[in-house]
Amino acid sequence: MEIALGGIDHMKDPKKLSKFINSSREEGAIYEIKDRCLVVKLNGELDHHNAIKIRETADKLIERNHIKHIIFDFSGADFMDSAGIGVIMGRYKKVIFIGGKAAVANVNSSVDRIFRLSGLYKIIEKFDTVEAALKNLQKA
Amino acid sequence: MNDTNEMVLEFESKSLNESFARTVVAAFATQLDPTIEELADIKTAVSEAVTNSIIHGYVDCVGTIRIKCTISGQELTVEVQDKGVGIEDISKAMEPLYTTRPELERSGMGFSFMEAFMDELQVESVVGSGTTVRMKKTVGKVNSMREYGQVSSKKAL
Repeated sequence: MEIALGGIDHMKDPKKLSKFINSSREEGAIYEIKDRCLVVKLNGELDHHNAIKIRETADKLIERNHIKHIIFDFSGADFMDSAGIGVIMGRYKKVIFIGGKAAVANVNSSVDRIFRLSGLYKIIEKFDTVEAALKNLQKA
Repeated sequence: MNDTNEMVLEFESKSLNESFARTVVAAFATQLDPTIEELADIKTAVSEAVTNSIIHGYVDCVGTIRIKCTISGQELTVEVQDKGVGIEDISKAMEPLYTTRPELERSGMGFSFMEAFMDELQVESVVGSGTTVRMKKTVGKVNSMREYGQVSSKKAL
């Protein structure tokens, strides 16, 4: 797994970089960038409390790295409520503006029910794995 | 047979406590032997109600949120109460996708999720003095049997 977070000032300093990744973990998500595609690996619980921090960090990364596509990886997320829908919709609105796409991967059954209920799948595609999502988004 | 139980939880309206509140309610509900799916439903519904109290009820201040859980047979009742600003138009607030806080990226799905994940939802609110959300759900092993019973008793009424 390669963490290519070039383009952010404090990423160039290895000490600051490790600090950034650690703090990202605390924020409930790990961020990775692969060819203008931001992969947000959610950890633990995606509620209103964690949503605020994830939103801020993801938006900073989107702006500074010319992100086109965004993938939300739910492999580590065991809980989500309507705040999660807000986070995904908000980032979706940012990337479609520049012709990008948003996707979700590794969705468990309870998160899946929330997505179905909210109608999110009408605009955001679901993939079994992050790799499948990356492949699909990047060929487009 | 004594098959009732009750607990009351009070905490400050800080977003940090959302996780705490739903975890406590889920832990209390485990005595009903719920399925994993039922537990997820309860946690989501509680999380929505508590979040509403935090960001809508106590808009610019920190207040106390009170959760009362009652178990009767296989039925769990969760009451989430705040003494915040109250809701002017409850039916409007309950409309899917309606939100007064779009700047917080609120999806307007809170009440829809509470309705979908619990069996019953009641909202009582007085402007200026607060809101109480009461939710009921039949959980656990005898779920299907009880549901049949409830449906028939509802029809009888």
